[in-house]
Amino acid sequence: MKKFKENLSERIFLLIALSALSVLALITVFIFIHGLPIITKVGIFNFVFGMKWAPSQGAYGIFPMIVGSVSVTLGAAILGVPVAICCSIFLTEFAPSMLRNIFRPAIQLLAGIPSVVFGFWGVLYIVPLIRNYLGGPGLSILAGSIILAIMILPTIISISEVSLLALPQQYREGAFALGLTHWQTIYYLLLPAAKSGIVAAIILGLGRAIGETMAVIMVLGNAVAIPQSILDPARTLTTNIGIEMGYATGEHQQALFATGIVLFIIIMILNASAQYITRKK
Amino acid sequence: MIQQSKIVIKDLNFYYQKKQVIRGLNLEVNSNEILAVFGPANSGITTLLRTLNRLSDLNSSAHLEGEILLDGKSIFAPEINVTELRRRVGMVFDVPTPLPMSIFDNVVLGPRMLGLKSKALQAEKVEEALRMAALWDEVKDRLHTPATRLSGGQQQRLCIARVLALEPEVILLDRPCSALDPISTAKIEDSLRHLKEQYTIIIAPHNVQQAARIADKVAFMLMGNLIEHGPTEDVLSNPKDQRTSDYITGRFG
Amino acid sequence: MKINPRTSQKIAKFVIWSAALLVIAILLAIISDILLKGIPTISWQFLSEIPRNMGRSGGISSSIVGTLLLTVVAVIIATPFGIGTAVYLTEYTRESKITRMIRFSAESLAGIPSIVFGLFGFIFFVTYLQMGWSILSGGLTMAIMILPTIIRTSEEAIRTVPNLYREVGFSLGATKWQTITKTVFPSALPGIANGIILSIGRCVSETAAVILTAGSALRMPTSLFSPTRTMAVHFYILAREGLSTENAYGTAALLLILIFLINVVFNMLVNRFVSKGR
Repeated sequence: MKKFKENLSERIFLLIALSALSVLALITVFIFIHGLPIITKVGIFNFVFGMKWAPSQGAYGIFPMIVGSVSVTLGAAILGVPVAICCSIFLTEFAPSMLRNIFRPAIQLLAGIPSVVFGFWGVLYIVPLIRNYLGGPGLSILAGSIILAIMILPTIISISEVSLLALPQQYREGAFALGLTHWQTIYYLLLPAAKSGIVAAIILGLGRAIGETMAVIMVLGNAVAIPQSILDPARTLTTNIGIEMGYATGEHQQALFATGIVLFIIIMILNASAQYITRKK
Repeated sequence: MIQQSKIVIKDLNFYYQKKQVIRGLNLEVNSNEILAVFGPANSGITTLLRTLNRLSDLNSSAHLEGEILLDGKSIFAPEINVTELRRRVGMVFDVPTPLPMSIFDNVVLGPRMLGLKSKALQAEKVEEALRMAALWDEVKDRLHTPATRLSGGQQQRLCIARVLALEPEVILLDRPCSALDPISTAKIEDSLRHLKEQYTIIIAPHNVQQAARIADKVAFMLMGNLIEHGPTEDVLSNPKDQRTSDYITGRFG
Repeated sequence: MKINPRTSQKIAKFVIWSAALLVIAILLAIISDILLKGIPTISWQFLSEIPRNMGRSGGISSSIVGTLLLTVVAVIIATPFGIGTAVYLTEYTRESKITRMIRFSAESLAGIPSIVFGLFGFIFFVTYLQMGWSILSGGLTMAIMILPTIIRTSEEAIRTVPNLYREVGFSLGATKWQTITKTVFPSALPGIANGIILSIGRCVSETAAVILTAGSALRMPTSLFSPTRTMAVHFYILAREGLSTENAYGTAALLLILIFLINVVFNMLVNRFVSKGR
C-alpha cells in the first residue's frame, strides 16, 4: 500500500510538471494558428520589412514597429545598463552594510511599482521636460527609453549582484594583497569574472524592455511612421498589439497575432542566449 | 553471558562506480557494546556506517559485494523493508541537524511518520527519548520552542533523542562530536555509556582518544581495509600491526 | 592617457555613488509624487463606493474586489502546479531530457511579454472557451503568467535545502514522500512563500493581460464569470482618458500601498513562521 502511494505521488508530480510543458505548447500553438495565415498571405518578407501598417487598407508591414521596439530598447540599454552595473557594484563593493539593507529593498520596491504608474509618471514629468527643453512633442522614443531604463534597473541589478556575490572572497583578498586598488580589482578582476552573469542579466533586462507594453503606450506617442530621431513618437510591436487589439477583427486581428509571433520568437532567442551564456560558464 | 553477534559483516567490498572504498571487510559487532571504528579520513568509515543502515542506497553510483547480517538476517534480502531497517538501525550525523520545527516536533517526527497519533503517547515517547539523551532537564520547559535555538551540543543530543524515539536496536554515530566543545562532548559520551546498556552502538570517533574513553571494542580502518580490531585496551596499548601503532601515536594522520 | 590608479579609484567611487543616489532619487520622486497627491483622495468613501460617471467620481470598491478575486483565482490555481513541478524537478528526477525541457518551458514562459499572454487569454479563454471577459478568464491567464515565477523560486528554495536534511529523514525511516513533506518542505517554505508574494504583486499590477481578459466593466462583480476592472486597469483608463487626475492618483496610491503591504505583511508572516520552527 505504501509502495503504491509512493508510486502514485511520483506519477502525480510528473503529471503536474508536464503541465508546464503543455501550457507553453498550448500558447505557442494558439498564437501560431491565429497568426500564421496572415503571414502566409502577405508573405513573411513583406510582413517583417513592410513599411506600411494600415489595416483598413490591407497593409500589414510591421517594420516601423520593429524600428520602434529596437530603438526604445537600445535606448533603455544605453541609459540603464551603466547605471545598473554601477548600482550592483555599489551593493557588493561600496555600500556599508547599513546602506545595503536600505538600498536592496529600495530596488525591490522599484521593481514592484506597476508599469502603468511608471507610464503615468513619465507622461507627467519626463514628457514635458523633453518637449520644453529638447523639442518635439515630448511623447518620444527618448521618453520611452528613459522610462524603460528605470524599469529594467531592478532586473539587471539583482541578477548582476548575484553574479558578483558568487565570486569567492579570495579573489578580492588576493588582489588587495597584490596592492591593487579597489577599483582596479573590480574593473580588471571581478567584472570580467562575473561577466557571463552580468551579460545574462542585461539580456533578461532587454527581454523585459522589449516586452513592456503599458508604460510605453503612455509615453511613446504611438505614431505609426518610422521615427527619424529619438524625439519622434513611435510604436513598438507590443504597443501596436495593445492599442489595436480592442477593436481589431478578422485579418487585422490575425495580423496582431502575427506580431505576437514575431515578439515570441525574439524573446525566445533572447532567453535562449541568456541561458546559453550562463550555462557556458 | 552469551555474547550475541548483533551485526555480522562478511567479505564486504564497496564501490563508487569503479573506485573501491571498502576492501574485504570482515567484522562482528556484539549487542550492548560500543564499537569505535577509527582511522584517517577517506578510509571508508563513513561509507561503512552508511551501508549498515542502507543510506548508501541513496547513492546511485554505489554498489557492493558481500554480506551484512542483522540478527542473522541479511539486510539486503528482498523481503527486507528498507524504511523499517532504518528505524532499527538509527544514525546520528557529524553535524547537528535540527529540523526547522520545535524540539517536540523534532523528536516525535519518527513516531509520527509511523502513524502515532495519540498526543499522550507522543508526549511520553518524547520525554523518554529526551531523558535517555540526557537533554530532558534542559528543555522540558520549552519543548515547543524552535529546536534551532539550542546550542550545538544540545542540538546533537536532540538528534540522538530523535533516533531514540524510534526505539532502534543499533545506533550509528558518525563523528557526532566533531563540531562540539569539550563539555558537550563529555555529556554525549556520558549518555552513550548509559545507552549501551540497551542498544548496540557503533561510533566513528573524531579522534582516537574518544575511542579510548568510551569504546569497548575498536576497529582500525585504513584506506578501505580493516587492519585490526579487538577490545579497546588490547588494540590501543598493544597494537599488533605497525600501521595501527603509527596512527595511534600520530606518526601519520 | 594613463590615469593614476588612485585617481581612477576616486573617480570610480564618485560615479558609482552618484549612480546609486540617482536611482534612489528617482524612486523617491515617483513614490512621493504618487503618495503625496494620491493619499488625500483615499477616504472611506473612496474605498467603499463604486465608480460613478465613468470613474470621474465615486470610489473604486468594485475594482478592489475585482483585483482581489482575480488574484485569489490566479494564486490558487498556479501555486499547486508551480510547487508540484518544482518538487518533481528537484526530488524525483535526475537531469535528463525531460527535466531540461520542463525547465526550458518554464523559463521561456517567464520571458513572454504580458501582452502576448493577453492575446492568448483573449483567444483561448474569452473566445474559444466562451468564458467571456471575466474574472475567471483573467485569473486563469494570470495563473499561467505567474506559474514560471513560482516554479523558479520554489525550485531554488527546495534545491538549497541541504541534502543532510533529506538524509535525516531517510535515516529515520521515512519514505520519499514523507521526507519531502516533513523535512524538505518546511525548510523551503520561506523561499516558496517569497515566490508567491512576488506573484501576488504581479497579479495586482498587471494591466495588459488583464484588460484583454477580464475586461473593463465598472460594475461590482457578482461571480467569477463577471467582468471586472482591476485597480491597475482602472488607473490606466483614468490616466489615459484624462477623466480624473485626482482619482487616478488615488488609485495609484492605493495600488502602491497595497503592493507595499503585501510585501511587508507576508515577509513578517514568513519570519514569524520561520522563527517558530527555526
